[in-house]
Amino acid sequence: MATIELIGAGVEIEDGPVILKPTTLRLTEQRIGIIGGNGSGKSTLVRLLNNLITPTSGRVLVDGIDAAKDPAAVRRLVGFCFTDPAAQLVMPTCVEDVELSLRRSHRDPQQRRQAALDVLADYGLAGREHTSVHALSGGQRQLLALAGVLAVEPRVLVADEPTTLLDLANTERVARRLFGLSQQLILVTHQLDLVERCDRVLVVDRAEVVFDGDPSAAIGHYRELAALASR
Amino acid sequence: MRTMNLIGLYQPGNSPLHRLGVGPKLAGLAVLSISIVAVRGALSALVFAAITAALAGWARLRWRSLWRQTRPVLLIAIVVGAFQWWLSGPDRAVESLIDLVCLTLAALVVTATTQVNDMLDAIVRWCEPVPWIDAERVALLLALAIRAVPASIELAHETKDAASARGLGNNPRALLSPFVIRMVARAQLTGDALAARGIGD
Repeated sequence: MATIELIGAGVEIEDGPVILKPTTLRLTEQRIGIIGGNGSGKSTLVRLLNNLITPTSGRVLVDGIDAAKDPAAVRRLVGFCFTDPAAQLVMPTCVEDVELSLRRSHRDPQQRRQAALDVLADYGLAGREHTSVHALSGGQRQLLALAGVLAVEPRVLVADEPTTLLDLANTERVARRLFGLSQQLILVTHQLDLVERCDRVLVVDRAEVVFDGDPSAAIGHYRELAALASR
Repeated sequence: MRTMNLIGLYQPGNSPLHRLGVGPKLAGLAVLSISIVAVRGALSALVFAAITAALAGWARLRWRSLWRQTRPVLLIAIVVGAFQWWLSGPDRAVESLIDLVCLTLAALVVTATTQVNDMLDAIVRWCEPVPWIDAERVALLLALAIRAVPASIELAHETKDAASARGLGNNPRALLSPFVIRMVARAQLTGDALAARGIGD
């Protein structure tokens, strides 16, 4: 399991709002859930973990590597899955998109093709290798995006609302894949039944982590916050 | 999906043209295109039409998809042809009309029988000896450019639908500003996704 440490890591816009107050956390559990309202700072928090956002104060360490100093090394350790798979699928067909991930690890085109086909088969996309990524269903597209991210075997997977655009069956399909991973999973979601399957849950509200504990207590805290906010 | 056919997509197959290397294929396309333009006369245009049609048949491409992809060019070709007729007579008109269609068909044969990754591999191979070019980056740039065309068209359709739904179908402000903003947002998201996948590091 990887060790992720935030040491007073915060994000603040000069002369503007605080996006995330300085946060100190040590994340070592296998499955960590993050919940909170829209615009609370969840996405910013997880984008710190692979330096898609650089903290304006403090540091983020993944297995001891400073994310801001060596983003390339940290991104090899931390895979990231976005809400909208359309934005992260770059190549026209399924097999080519997975191959794009494998360009670094497999220099030989034939070996790379075989490795990509193996990855697709593993994700239930065998026979769809030449299908346009646009022609896939939403669920298949998200599975393909996951396949592309996990093909390079990161040690941590961060997923930012990966099932928000999916129907119930596809949500379950993607969730089963996520919770079956041997890697550490950091899952941002609004789907509370997924949160219940985590080992540890953080609740983010108004730019800070306001609760950190087991899933049922965290969900209770989140419900109270939501009740207050909607009043 | 309506955007899918706008860019010449790869059609899987096992014809000799599919198996031919990217280098010879592109060289062939260059030679054929130059001859189509250089050799004058309506009769020779018809000969080139026969050649490109034969190539498409040899690659066993689906005629319906070829027709769909040629149609927009045909429209322009007809306009150009009509203009030529008025300027220099029927011979030149027929020649330019057929030549334009031939060029499109020849290009389609190449894109339909060549996978983007094979094309990228070839470009990387050709760029690698040049010391001041980062070949992998050039290949990625091309892949993104190819991807950007259907993606932008899809966004344009979505924006237009959203404007129509609110009864603002013909208001340029309701079309243009959200389209531009969404394009930039999409570009940033794609950049984030590429960075997150460690591509381009």
